[in-house]
Amino acid sequence: MYVAVKGGEEAIANAHKLLAEKRRGDRSVPELEISQIKEQLGLSVDRVMTEGSLYDRELAAIAIKQAQGDLVEAIFLLRAYRTTLPRFGFSEPIETATMEIQRRISSSFKDIPGGQVLGPTYDYTHRLIDFALRVPENGNPGTCREEVSDEAIQNDMPRVADLLAAEGLLDDEAANDKNRSVADLTRDPLELPAGREMRLQNLARGDEGFILSLAYSLLRGFGSSGHPFLGEIRFGEVTVEFVPQELGFPIDVGGIPVTECIMFNRFMGSGETPPRFIKGYGLTFGHCERKAMAMALVDYALRSGELGEKFEYPAQDEEFVLFHSDNVQASGFVEHLKLPHYVDFQADLVLMRNCLAEFKNDSRNNKGIEDEEAI
Amino acid sequence: MPLNKNGYTKKQRQQWMSILAKSLSRELEDAWQGMSEKPLYRHLHKPETGSIMVRGRAGGSGIRFNLGEMTATRCTIQIEKGHVGSAYVMGRDHRHAELAAIFDALLQDPLHHHKISNSVVSSLKISYDKRKEEVAKKSAATKVDFFTMVRGE
Repeated sequence: MYVAVKGGEEAIANAHKLLAEKRRGDRSVPELEISQIKEQLGLSVDRVMTEGSLYDRELAAIAIKQAQGDLVEAIFLLRAYRTTLPRFGFSEPIETATMEIQRRISSSFKDIPGGQVLGPTYDYTHRLIDFALRVPENGNPGTCREEVSDEAIQNDMPRVADLLAAEGLLDDEAANDKNRSVADLTRDPLELPAGREMRLQNLARGDEGFILSLAYSLLRGFGSSGHPFLGEIRFGEVTVEFVPQELGFPIDVGGIPVTECIMFNRFMGSGETPPRFIKGYGLTFGHCERKAMAMALVDYALRSGELGEKFEYPAQDEEFVLFHSDNVQASGFVEHLKLPHYVDFQADLVLMRNCLAEFKNDSRNNKGIEDEEAI
Repeated sequence: MPLNKNGYTKKQRQQWMSILAKSLSRELEDAWQGMSEKPLYRHLHKPETGSIMVRGRAGGSGIRFNLGEMTATRCTIQIEKGHVGSAYVMGRDHRHAELAAIFDALLQDPLHHHKISNSVVSSLKISYDKRKEEVAKKSAATKVDFFTMVRGE
């Protein structure tokens, strides 16, 4: 129970002024420009857009600046802005098969049609602080010259999953669901059991740290049946198509980079269903590889029920995962404890004082009885 | 593909709308400023920013799901000859949507179609393709050539 507390307006106004000053930091240091955040803190921007559930690089960059780099706060800001936008409608499903590939690797097959493309990756870096970055390069192109190949990369790379599907070793997900409505977490309440589309939307918006830890728990034995394999991870731009009502045909609105991950999980089959691999799926805005991989692992774990596998661990528990994945909700609930609880606490305080008095009284009496017994 | 009364197909219109949406706002502005005779136009719908919910498919090919929204701006204009141009472009740039709608209207007008198509759209396309090619060539340089070590020789 909260009780309205009046007063403090001036203190609050001053606190916000102090915050603005703190955000700006030392004034002898040049102020950050939004374009710098957009260009040079791109992975922060990608995470804020994915979990903020709104693709807009500039807005995400402003939110990061406003939140002094606190990404969960920035995600909150983006979510709040999102609610002010009128929605034109839903896009056609993005075609990740025709992605303009910038990175694409598989650790299940070595030789894949189209090849393994490392792209911009932190894999194979030594994780040593690069002190060369301490000094801006100031137009010295020698430090970051890109290698350019004579031939462009081939787009429309076939999916690695198709190799398994051809052998009948993969669950067939091809779906004609044109006439089915798609549940939307931003409009429909989260009810259990949730459909897979609701779970995927929830995981895509979910906190990277939470989803990552759940995925880790699966790998360490809290629910995973067998070793999952990375079928494919791909990063690149996809075209977003939209059908405006007044036109009645799909048009391209623009291109957005996305990361897609497909995990192969061994499924030993049951009575009627043959043994095969089942896909776990991860998809994010921008380049959020760790998130996409974790999402794919948790997606599969949450399918335990429908696959008739027994589920007993947190990462397989739909209610546990879906109701605790959202960092805006989570931080809201945890941080509400900062709000005035003076009256609640008074009630607890009175109760505890009485309990303590009773306890002391009882132990005094008991002690008296014990003393008597000792005699 | 059936031609409509103005002599273009739906597919052609989709293609030029795609290029107009994917080009940079300043490129459209330059093209517009470069036009010697600018047509008069009026807004049927002023530029408006909203969102489009982006959908994916489970597993890449399965059931649809909502990934998250993107900002988009739409605009509808009518040029003096009566042709109505529409635009839905990613982001919040009102001018981009407005110019894309104007060019869409001009491209539907047989009087302007060839000129705009040959000058504006084709150069936007060249610039777009160049940007894409640059990215694709840099990625190509990171392609792994695996080789297997032969042992015991």
